[in-house]
Amino acid sequence: MNISDIQSLAAFTCVQSEYNDAVVAGGYTSDLLSDVMAHAEEGSVLITIQAHKNTVAVASLVGLPAIIVCNNRPVLDDMIDAARAEGIAIFQTPDNQFQTSLLIAQHLAGCPAR
Amino acid sequence: MDNAQKEPLQSSLRVQELIYGLKISEVMTKKVFAVTRNCTMRDVQTIMKNNSITGVPVVDSRRVVGIVSMNDIMNALEKGAMDDVVTLWMVGEVQTLAEDMPLSFAISAFNKFSFRRFPVVNKKNELVGIITFRNINMALIRELSRQLREMESLHGGPPERSDSLDLVKVYQLHRYDFENGGKASSEIKKFLKERGIPPKIVRQVAVASYELEINLVAHSNGGMLSFDINADRIKISSHDRGPGIADVELAMTEGFSTANEWIRSQGFGAGMGLPNVKRVSDEFAIQSAVGMGTMVRAVINLKKEKKDEH
Repeated sequence: MNISDIQSLAAFTCVQSEYNDAVVAGGYTSDLLSDVMAHAEEGSVLITIQAHKNTVAVASLVGLPAIIVCNNRPVLDDMIDAARAEGIAIFQTPDNQFQTSLLIAQHLAGCPAR
Repeated sequence: MDNAQKEPLQSSLRVQELIYGLKISEVMTKKVFAVTRNCTMRDVQTIMKNNSITGVPVVDSRRVVGIVSMNDIMNALEKGAMDDVVTLWMVGEVQTLAEDMPLSFAISAFNKFSFRRFPVVNKKNELVGIITFRNINMALIRELSRQLREMESLHGGPPERSDSLDLVKVYQLHRYDFENGGKASSEIKKFLKERGIPPKIVRQVAVASYELEINLVAHSNGGMLSFDINADRIKISSHDRGPGIADVELAMTEGFSTANEWIRSQGFGAGMGLPNVKRVSDEFAIQSAVGMGTMVRAVINLKKEKKDEH
């Protein structure tokens, strides 16, 4: 599964599309940035409600190619600008973290529930 | 250009960092003149006169129990009480500094208290020295000269290679400046990545430095983060100007945090910062004193033992 595959899913709106289309290696769901830094595997997509510049900084430091912002939390321009500079994709979704994690996990496992 | 004008010169930051990196024991006067409880004010006056000093600690089996300053001598003189024992005129409850504290703590102490000198004690609380601003000025001059000599000897040497790993860089961080917290980490990460350092190590460095940056902006009154990199290891040091941590052991406990709502809204304050830094470091040290500041040093080795690479 690539980042562009996430973009093609109906649940997500892409708000930062100038990304390097990498393979999604896994997912990590957390709203605590220190926790993300400690435990997220490189190449994972970050599922969170934490929508601000620090999230991009952490994603960049740890090597996470995409951020999914849940519950339609607003994504401000400075976050989008920071992500564009780092080539990190940002998606928005009305779903919560649990639903989003499930959806991504199913796609990663190759058995999407429709 | 704008940035260069707002920020102090890198060289002056480096000098500050060098000073901060010194220990109080390296800077203090080791030859201390002290008196015991049964000495008189006249004894102290004689000691001051003969040695051109203005403050004399009072000790009881090497523990500091008070200090007599020029001011106390004047008061005793005025009352014609120079034959009184020192305990009647000294100032008790003396603020002391520990010999293994970083010099930055002493600088904070001079800013916080109006004292002109601090007795320095060892781990057993015994008097081992005394520190005045003069000691700090001397250390500053010494370090400046050393820096200058270093710069001179580098000048005319081979031009810096772009793939060289050697780097000393200092970043200044301000309270609540989340905007710039993270700048240092991403610059250092890029520097290491460009030089082919293994991603696992780059990530360790990035995590340690980002957590320290966030600590500086979220919890300190401001401070600096410095990087000292060579082919063997990456040394990251963080020095701040307070407020200091009351219980370091507690602060190192995962889940403990003093963060306010605003810090939490920024995605931090989960009580994982310092434990995260320790976890990714090969060497870790923290020192803190309330009212003076906190120093954290993290070292990440570049030449790891093979057994570590699993």
